[in-house]
Amino acid sequence: MGNLRSVSKAIEHVAPAASVVATSDPAVIAAAGRVVFPGQGAAPDCMREIEARGLRQAIVDAARSKPFLGICMGMQVLFEHSEEGDTACLGILPGTVQRFPHEAMHDDQGNKLKVPHMGWNNVHQAAPHPLWVGIEEGARFYFVHSYFVQPTSPDVIAGFSHYPFPFTCAVASGNIFAVQFHPEKSQNDGLTLLGNFLTWNPGE
Amino acid sequence: MLAKRIIPCLDVTHGRVVKGINFVELKDAGDPVEIARRYNEAGADELTFLDITASSDDRDLILHIIEDVAAEVFIPLTVGGGVREVGDVQRLLNAGADKVSINTSAVMNPQLVKDASDRYGSQCIVVAIDSKRVGDHWEVFTHGGRKATGLDAIEWAKKMESLGAGELLLTSMDRDGTKSGFDLELTRAISDAVDIPIIASGGVGNLQHLVDGVKEGRADAVLAASIFHFGEYGVDEAKRYMKQHGIEVRL
Repeated sequence: MGNLRSVSKAIEHVAPAASVVATSDPAVIAAAGRVVFPGQGAAPDCMREIEARGLRQAIVDAARSKPFLGICMGMQVLFEHSEEGDTACLGILPGTVQRFPHEAMHDDQGNKLKVPHMGWNNVHQAAPHPLWVGIEEGARFYFVHSYFVQPTSPDVIAGFSHYPFPFTCAVASGNIFAVQFHPEKSQNDGLTLLGNFLTWNPGE
Repeated sequence: MLAKRIIPCLDVTHGRVVKGINFVELKDAGDPVEIARRYNEAGADELTFLDITASSDDRDLILHIIEDVAAEVFIPLTVGGGVREVGDVQRLLNAGADKVSINTSAVMNPQLVKDASDRYGSQCIVVAIDSKRVGDHWEVFTHGGRKATGLDAIEWAKKMESLGAGELLLTSMDRDGTKSGFDLELTRAISDAVDIPIIASGGVGNLQHLVDGVKEGRADAVLAASIFHFGEYGVDEAKRYMKQHGIEVRL
């Protein structure tokens, strides 16, 4: 599982004393104090793997009960449905996942904008949250994705970015925080966000 | 707003970075981790490692390099060179690469691009295209630019996009090593032909060339080796120059 290693390494870097385990074992997920859910590949494959490994319930339980950080595809599959491969997702958060629409992909000078949305973009903090502490409003994070989430309720929107229209790039709901960008690849600000997650106690 | 990216490229062989690296106060010029760390501190948006190892005996050394760099440098890492099968992609991703660049093998076996992108996602598959002007069009070359393929570069770029490439690394063989700037016509032709991001490479000799690559060539990212390695310019300096010329960058 490719970028799992990047995520583990980044967490180990900010919390050398933490025990970081990359696992697909439901029992290990159930026993963990905190869960980071990166997801990988395309939505249909990601969901197929989750079902094949019997992980659906473990993920749903973790998202209900402990600090839970979704990253990239791990954010998208928390919603109900993805346009990517017409995929039914976990449905933990109400909303859908859509592709950047071809006809909208140009800047105000008419230049074509590429998809995937790849590179460093500004993240605007829609609401204060413990995971934003120490990160400047508008800080740049590294993105690589062709689909974005559209939450049913605007209340869960924690951050947004522009490409070229505003899209949700961070959501917060109870003990869930999820981001479209890659904190593990976003240098200092990314490490700050991961460090914040490791000390975050939802509900306090 | 999305920033245009600057990507230093490091050539690696026998587990060491080669080419004359000239960082101030760098104790060991060939240490990949130290070099990667310096580029990271200077604001590199990504790093590309090109494995120029000729023998397969040494091939696995790049895995250790990527592991070591990925444990300390938290920006995207791309690795290219010698990727022949899906298993190679998997090994590099497992070692900590975020993207894998496929060049000659994409021409020999285009299905590899499809299989790898289906399995690991388009976002981690970069197809490298080495191209040279032949008559009135640009042709794709392989084996480090030594072997003509008869493929038209623009058609090839479109085909790679359709097979699932998430990004194209476009090198002009005519310009590579000349320091006379990117082949802007080629870069623009390919960038206009596809919807995926283009990294321009080959020919950078000064900072204006980077600006031209973005503005005239419509590149989404610019890759350079020698101007950074030899200490002529810093990555941070390059970014400030680009910003002065109206290009969105991450500072």
